Amino acid sequence: MLKQQHLVSVAVMLLLAMVLFNLPEQVAIRIKAGIGGLFLPLFGLAAAGQTVLDSGVSATMSRRTLLRELANTRTENQQLAVRAMQGEEALRENERLRQLLGWQKQSPWNIKPARVIARDTAAWWRTLRIDLGTRDGVRPGLPVLVREGLIGKTGAVSLTTSEVILIGDPNCRVAVLVRETGEMGVMLGMSEGVFDHRLIDLSHLPRNSSVKPGQTVYTSGLGGVFPAGLPVGTIVDSRSVGHGLYTEARVRLAADVSKTREVAVLFP
Amino acid sequence: MKEILINNALTFLLLLAAFVAVFLQAAWDLPRNLLGVPLNLLPPLMVFAAFRTGVTAISLLAGLGGLFSDALSANPLGVSMLPLLCVGLAIHHWRELILQEFAYARFIVGFIASAAAPLLTLMIIMTLGKRTLAGWGFVWHWMIMALTGGLLTPLSFWLLDAAAARLVPSPVVHPSFRPDREIKRGRY
Repeated sequence: MLKQQHLVSVAVMLLLAMVLFNLPEQVAIRIKAGIGGLFLPLFGLAAAGQTVLDSGVSATMSRRTLLRELANTRTENQQLAVRAMQGEEALRENERLRQLLGWQKQSPWNIKPARVIARDTAAWWRTLRIDLGTRDGVRPGLPVLVREGLIGKTGAVSLTTSEVILIGDPNCRVAVLVRETGEMGVMLGMSEGVFDHRLIDLSHLPRNSSVKPGQTVYTSGLGGVFPAGLPVGTIVDSRSVGHGLYTEARVRLAADVSKTREVAVLFP
Repeated sequence: MKEILINNALTFLLLLAAFVAVFLQAAWDLPRNLLGVPLNLLPPLMVFAAFRTGVTAISLLAGLGGLFSDALSANPLGVSMLPLLCVGLAIHHWRELILQEFAYARFIVGFIASAAAPLLTLMIIMTLGKRTLAGWGFVWHWMIMALTGGLLTPLSFWLLDAAAARLVPSPVVHPSFRPDREIKRGRY
């Protein structure tokens, strides 16, 4: 027999839960942001600790290692500068051709770097939190990427932080294109694989799809959220599903989000 | 009066621990990278609260801990409160029947609590019509969460008991000597 005190506390909690479940979405997001704001000093402290640790590691590195890293960075910088020049030339050519065809002018995307401050506390979502918010111009639905490729899009945004919904989460669907075959599909959710969190299902490929392992997957630009041409991953395997109606493939994501500390938000 | 003070101090300690626990769940990557799932530190705290405190502290821990956890997650707001409360009240109800001073008993209760809380949370989320990542692969993650929760429960008892011993003043022991009751022995 439950005591009266137990019943009262359960009733109060049930009532509170019902009120919270039925709140308008914007109000719930604001309350979440308010409660999440209580953790900001701790996140700041953790970031400062990480910076101190990193600088401590740098201070103890040998001169030889630092010189080697400097040489590597210089080489990489030169390669990137050449690629940037080629890219700029391609952009100019693209712009000229678009003008000739009378197509709409494309505005370039701007990048804003952000630091990952937290990851989802629940195991059934794939989200993380970054230190950019509405005061930095972030709004829901902006693409988020790292050096290796696309990782997701922004979700709920507060004044100083934003939620990033990662590829693989049911709330982040990405229209993609297999570069080698030109076939289009949609990145849906995480594969049933337990040990590899980078395996994502690519669905809605044509029935007679010719995708092969190792082929590269890029954003197609369809849907309007993600710009075309951002690398997403590589095909691992494929199978026929839905009684042969369409093909599904597993894609290994290019970016490993579990080790990511810095990301970039794309602004149109 | 003193009992109220002790209870309030313990409740404050539990809420502070819940705040830090949720922060660690969100910001500490090492366990997540090692195990593949985030640590779930609230059920072990709830087991401690169920054994050591009353219904008020359990309700506060469930309410605030659940809200803290949901605020740093994509969970709908308030979804983690009820499962924590159910787990806490169930253990509190049967606390007299559990050999709570033994580490293995704490492990088993922590294991069950850590298995039940996420499952109930997931059931509520699905009842609300939200799509999650939970599939067959989640069973493995769920087992890891339950096991780590069980292992962390005796540790949380050890840590919180030590912290409570420092925070809560130990009761003053009055000597039995009273000058008005002194027996003066004579020769006979």
